[in-house]
Amino acid sequence: METKPYKGSTLLLEIIGVLLALLFLVPFYFLVSNSFKKYGDILLDSAALPNPWTVANFTRAWDIMNFPASFMNSLVITVSTIVGLAIICSMGAYRMVRHSSKYNNILFMLFVMAMVIPFQSIMIPLIKVASWLNLTGSIPGLWFAYLGFGSSMTIFLYHGFVKSIPLEIEEAATVDGCSPYGVFWRIVFPLLKPMTVTIIILNSLWVWNDFLLPNMMLGEAQRTIPMSTYAFFGQYTKQWDLALAGLVMGVLPILAFFLTLQRHIIEGITAGSVKG
Amino acid sequence: MKSSGWSKSWVQQLVFTGPVTLAFAIIIALPFFMGMYYSFTEWNGVSDNATFVGLDNFVKIFNDQTFINSFTFTTKFTIAAVILSNLVGFMLALLLTQPVKSKNLLRTIFFMPNVIGGLLLGFIWQFIFVKGFAAVGEKTGWSLFNLPWLGDETTAFWGVVIVTVWSTSGYLMVIYISALINVPRDLIEAASIDGATAMQRLRHITVPLIMPAVTIALFLALSWSFKSFDIILSLTKGGPYNSTQSVALNIYNEAFQNNNMGLGTAKALIFFIVVALITSLQVWVTKRKEVQA
Repeated sequence: METKPYKGSTLLLEIIGVLLALLFLVPFYFLVSNSFKKYGDILLDSAALPNPWTVANFTRAWDIMNFPASFMNSLVITVSTIVGLAIICSMGAYRMVRHSSKYNNILFMLFVMAMVIPFQSIMIPLIKVASWLNLTGSIPGLWFAYLGFGSSMTIFLYHGFVKSIPLEIEEAATVDGCSPYGVFWRIVFPLLKPMTVTIIILNSLWVWNDFLLPNMMLGEAQRTIPMSTYAFFGQYTKQWDLALAGLVMGVLPILAFFLTLQRHIIEGITAGSVKG
Repeated sequence: MKSSGWSKSWVQQLVFTGPVTLAFAIIIALPFFMGMYYSFTEWNGVSDNATFVGLDNFVKIFNDQTFINSFTFTTKFTIAAVILSNLVGFMLALLLTQPVKSKNLLRTIFFMPNVIGGLLLGFIWQFIFVKGFAAVGEKTGWSLFNLPWLGDETTAFWGVVIVTVWSTSGYLMVIYISALINVPRDLIEAASIDGATAMQRLRHITVPLIMPAVTIALFLALSWSFKSFDIILSLTKGGPYNSTQSVALNIYNEAFQNNNMGLGTAKALIFFIVVALITSLQVWVTKRKEVQA
């Protein structure tokens, strides 16, 4: 495809593409430019550039939202979830592939079937289960819930990938006296790396952006970024200057994550959905 | 030979599959089956005892106009969002598989809205529909921008569709790109030599060859739209007059605003059955259309 010459029609396509991209970016322009305006200027003309620029909205929103605390909560929850899921699901899927007993096949089927269950069909009784087990109101409790919710898809993705790993390497290691755990951690897990990257990306986008589950399980005291944005927006409805600054701060971490790792993210998502 | 300790088969089974099975059993399986029971009870969520009421909840649901309306809205919205997001995603993919110089940058931009969570997206667009559109309307004089977008039932519907398409088409585009670059060039060239027009090549060669990607993209768009919650909560809260209330939002309100947990789980059970049916039907239908190159 690289060999095709750059023709006039391609230039036309290029222009169309750039115009479409600008259209896609318009919402970001409105968001960012208005977050630097005084309240009166937003009401006057929301399409104009800020004049004068002010960062007062950001300092106030930072304090009211308690941004550093929400950011840390989101970060701790996301990182611990992706690490936990990668460990327990790679181990589970590995065992299910290599020892495909009747029991393990049924177990795998259950994980796959559960992928179609919508969150709403679980959330109401989950609250009861979570309070029995003292999982509500704490980050470790929420973490455990995420391990459950992420398990189906992660098991499914690892399962497909383990099947593609040749058995000979493992057999050689076993003959050399490596324990089953050593075989998994020293040989199989490193070979799973491409799928682990995909899994980390898919799960971090989902957990970071998730609103409903943390909102149900954590209290007012511990808020994630989507939760504090929601609370903040509810409190300052129509106070656009503060609300927009809060939104910009909420959007920035995940956008920065995406822009730094975009090649991996897009590849990971393609791999994840094509396999899924 | 007797194996001992950590190398016993059942110990290994427990170490490898135990943790994930435990999390799955407690968080997914147990609540799912409890939900089936609660569907036949009246339960406020606070007290421990749920009263068994038989099919009462289901009788109530079939007479619950708000729930029926939310199903109608969700169906219409899903149809519009699935068609539009796939069309836009596919067109963007076609564009970016041409030798345009800026394709990497464009791909990043088209994909960008997707990484932002639905809740924040809804808030961003709430501002744009309320304030941004008014400013654009004033500058251009186009009456389209002067409508009360989120205040009117028809435009609020399309508002939710626009935001959904804006956020999901980039994801679908990525799936279509990965399929399009694998379409063998010689097939397309052979068809052009035989005199097939661009449209005919697209319709009879490209599209049949990328059917696996179409299956995936339709499946994803369908399940996202049908389960839509975050975007709607932050953009319209289901309004005006519940006209954009999705089934997921209706269940949420029933359970957590009205505290009718029994009724809520009954609605959620119906929701589950419908979601499971349409997704399997959709995968089955599109799978049959796949061909080998």
